[in-house]
Amino acid sequence: MTGHDGWQPEAPELVRPYVITKGRGLPDEDDLSLITLVTASDGQQQRPARLSPEEQSLLDLCAAGYLSVAEIAGHTHFPLGVVRILLASLMEGGHLTTRPPVARARLADREILEEVLNGLRAKFG
Amino acid sequence: MGSAPSLDERDYVREGATQTAVKILVVGHFAVGKTTLIGSISEIEPLSTEETMTQAAEPVDDLKGVQGKTTTTVAMDFGRLTISDRVVLYLFGTPGQQRFVQMWEDMARGALGALVLVDPERLADSFPVIDLIEHYGLDYAIAVNHFDGTPLRDERALREALDLLDDTPVVTCDARDEKSSAAALTTLVRYLLDRTR
Repeated sequence: MTGHDGWQPEAPELVRPYVITKGRGLPDEDDLSLITLVTASDGQQQRPARLSPEEQSLLDLCAAGYLSVAEIAGHTHFPLGVVRILLASLMEGGHLTTRPPVARARLADREILEEVLNGLRAKFG
Repeated sequence: MGSAPSLDERDYVREGATQTAVKILVVGHFAVGKTTLIGSISEIEPLSTEETMTQAAEPVDDLKGVQGKTTTTVAMDFGRLTISDRVVLYLFGTPGQQRFVQMWEDMARGALGALVLVDPERLADSFPVIDLIEHYGLDYAIAVNHFDGTPLRDERALREALDLLDDTPVVTCDARDEKSSAAALTTLVRYLLDRTR
């Protein structure tokens, strides 16, 4: 499944979003926020052939490591809504693993803010 | 051309830093320098993603009804910075137009805070942006994008014009400069930290 046949990054402009998503709707946005990190699940060698070219493409992209939902949209040039739907479908099939961003309750966490502050200082002086 | 864009190893989030993803918004009116600031700090080439507004704003069941409508797309730019062995920070640049409600909700949800980039010569253009940030309850700092030769109003006048709270930080920065942009961001994070006390 190299996917070198047919699908090009330009495709999103030629195919209406609801065709690519097979009419599926938007997933719960708390599951796939802009910064939810996504990667291919282990053992993706036996990938079912029934995945659409777009789903294959996203899976290929996610095979080498973690990317945020926003980065996946940025790299593929798919609209964000379309990416979310395709990712949700891949998650349902067990092809993808996600790491949701920190829960809202933890956001004001001093520890996280301190780590960000120290990180910025260390990097930029 | 392959089906998936071929990415370099560095394009992926470093192992470990995947534990905690956080985001900060960089907001401001059109052409104030949001993408420039993000680009000066980001470890990846800033990316852009489109949100199809009409669809995103409609409940799922209405997707069919949307097909015939003209949809508005709006781009948001973003960058990434690996902070530590367990934290990765995303910076999202958001245009200030109020009509992109769905996108604002997406962006604001779970954000640590916002850096509001301000052009001292176009202060009034920043009003709607600040309104939105306050509407979504985000803590923010003001970064005055100070290009060479631009006369800078004194801080008190600027605070008055923008109707800021006394403790809202105001810094000047050159969005093109990495250190200067990072200093503005650092000021914001220190302020956010103070707010937790």
